[in-house]
Amino acid sequence: MRDIQTIMWKEWREMFTRKAAGRGTLLSTLVILLLLGAFLPLQTGEAWFTQPLALAGWAWMPVFLTLGMVTDSFAGERERHTLETLLATRLPDTAILLGKILASVLYGWGVAVLGMCLSALTLNIWLKGGPYFYAPALFLAALGLSLACTALFAGLGVLASLRAVTARQAFQRLSLIMLVFYFLPFSVQLLPTHLRLRITEVFARLDMSGLMIVVTGVLLIGNVGALYLCFRCFQRTRLLTD
Amino acid sequence: MSDYAIRTVHLTRTFNNHIHAVDDLNLEVPAGVVFGFLGPNGAGKTTTLRLLLGLLQPTAGTAIVLGHDVRTQADAIRARCGALLEHTGLYERLSAEDNLELFGRINRLPGDERRTRIRQLLTDLELWKRRHEPVATWSRGMKQKLAIARALLHRPALLLLDEPTAGLDAVSAAALREDLARLAYQEGITIFLTTHNLSEAEKLCQQVAVIRAGRLLAVGSPQELRRFRGGQVHLVVHGLTPGVLDGLRTTFGREAVESGPEDGHILLHLASPSPQSVASVVTWLVHQGVSVEEVYHEQASLEEVFLSLVQEGEHDA
Repeated sequence: MRDIQTIMWKEWREMFTRKAAGRGTLLSTLVILLLLGAFLPLQTGEAWFTQPLALAGWAWMPVFLTLGMVTDSFAGERERHTLETLLATRLPDTAILLGKILASVLYGWGVAVLGMCLSALTLNIWLKGGPYFYAPALFLAALGLSLACTALFAGLGVLASLRAVTARQAFQRLSLIMLVFYFLPFSVQLLPTHLRLRITEVFARLDMSGLMIVVTGVLLIGNVGALYLCFRCFQRTRLLTD
Repeated sequence: MSDYAIRTVHLTRTFNNHIHAVDDLNLEVPAGVVFGFLGPNGAGKTTTLRLLLGLLQPTAGTAIVLGHDVRTQADAIRARCGALLEHTGLYERLSAEDNLELFGRINRLPGDERRTRIRQLLTDLELWKRRHEPVATWSRGMKQKLAIARALLHRPALLLLDEPTAGLDAVSAAALREDLARLAYQEGITIFLTTHNLSEAEKLCQQVAVIRAGRLLAVGSPQELRRFRGGQVHLVVHGLTPGVLDGLRTTFGREAVESGPEDGHILLHLASPSPQSVASVVTWLVHQGVSVEEVYHEQASLEEVFLSLVQEGEHDA
């Protein structure tokens, strides 16, 4: 655990203390927080607490914050010639890999949680007759969805980064993967009519929290798969010779 | 613990089934010495370092580093070694202090000890005042120094350095060599360094090995290697006739004896120019009525030894 923390410390330190890029990271974090914590809830009003679609729709937004970080994780180190030195240390493979994934997940998810709490605070100040808060089931489902979503893309991003020569190449690969996810819901159109109807029926029976739990479950399965692939691909010898 | 910090046994690493980067390498590096691993570019020096650190798996053979097998105990090896590889491997966006802090944490140095050690090393290397600056703004020489500080941070038993002065100007390289020699003495560690800078090897190393195309060509102290390659003995003589010179060549070997560019000068190429072998030549000459005025021994430089070894290796290949 201590080794994982060390890698996380390094990742965050590098991300926030570098002069130019550090300012960029802080700025993008601030923009997301303002958007999620103030602008969107103020636009939505009280419905922010009662219409779960709004919350679910924005819960995945911090994924974008982690993309740069995860694609840079190994490819960036390879590009800057720091990877070999890192691999020549006593750190176990698990610590390096999990440290890099967790650093980006906690950053992205942390921003999501902070944004959700901030939005509640903003609306409580703005609206009269409070206190207002999310229904507990909805809030937990949104948290779970956000975590699973961030973790999945962090895992896929690290996977893309492990074999990429440059961070840019890793980013391009991850963009392609994201494109697949984007078009996935549309692929339902390709299914036979009776299957489409059956799926619609199942989803119609679910409430929003239930739907979010189902999606989270699917994402968690994806997470396990991505993590498994990351561990399989992480071999010191191959990272240096490929 | 073994008397050897490193012992390789038929160590071999092949890429794509036909490129022999390291070929049947048998090497013993005694503990506590500065060992130079010399070779031209592409000789297999960096691959050997990677094998010793367990970053690459050997295709055949093995290596025992600090008593641990590279095949099965690479983690233990990496925990007890410090390394400065092909690149400095510094996080250039971080400050010097943060870089050392990171590697202190990686090596699990307790907080107080870590801070003391960072201060000691940075002060020793005259980098303390600039510790808060991002490494990216530093000169190459300063970065190399910092990378050495990083490698020494956890007091490793073995320091592996891949061409530590490569790319530095003469002044920076000399300063770095001086620092390295001092730190090695202070810390009492074994240093295994690869280089193609022969004067560096001569100044720093107690023992050197020469490698070409992955094969070990020679090993020993720089003095031993120079002796091994013989050297030249110059004799300044009077009364040397063509007949005597011919007789000398017949007795001591045609290739070994060369008359000098001017009369009265004989150049001897002796495989092992011991005092006895030189004395026998002098005695023989005196018996022939030649008076010997001066005898002096010109030893081959390490560079000459290296070049002749590499050329021989090429010829054999």
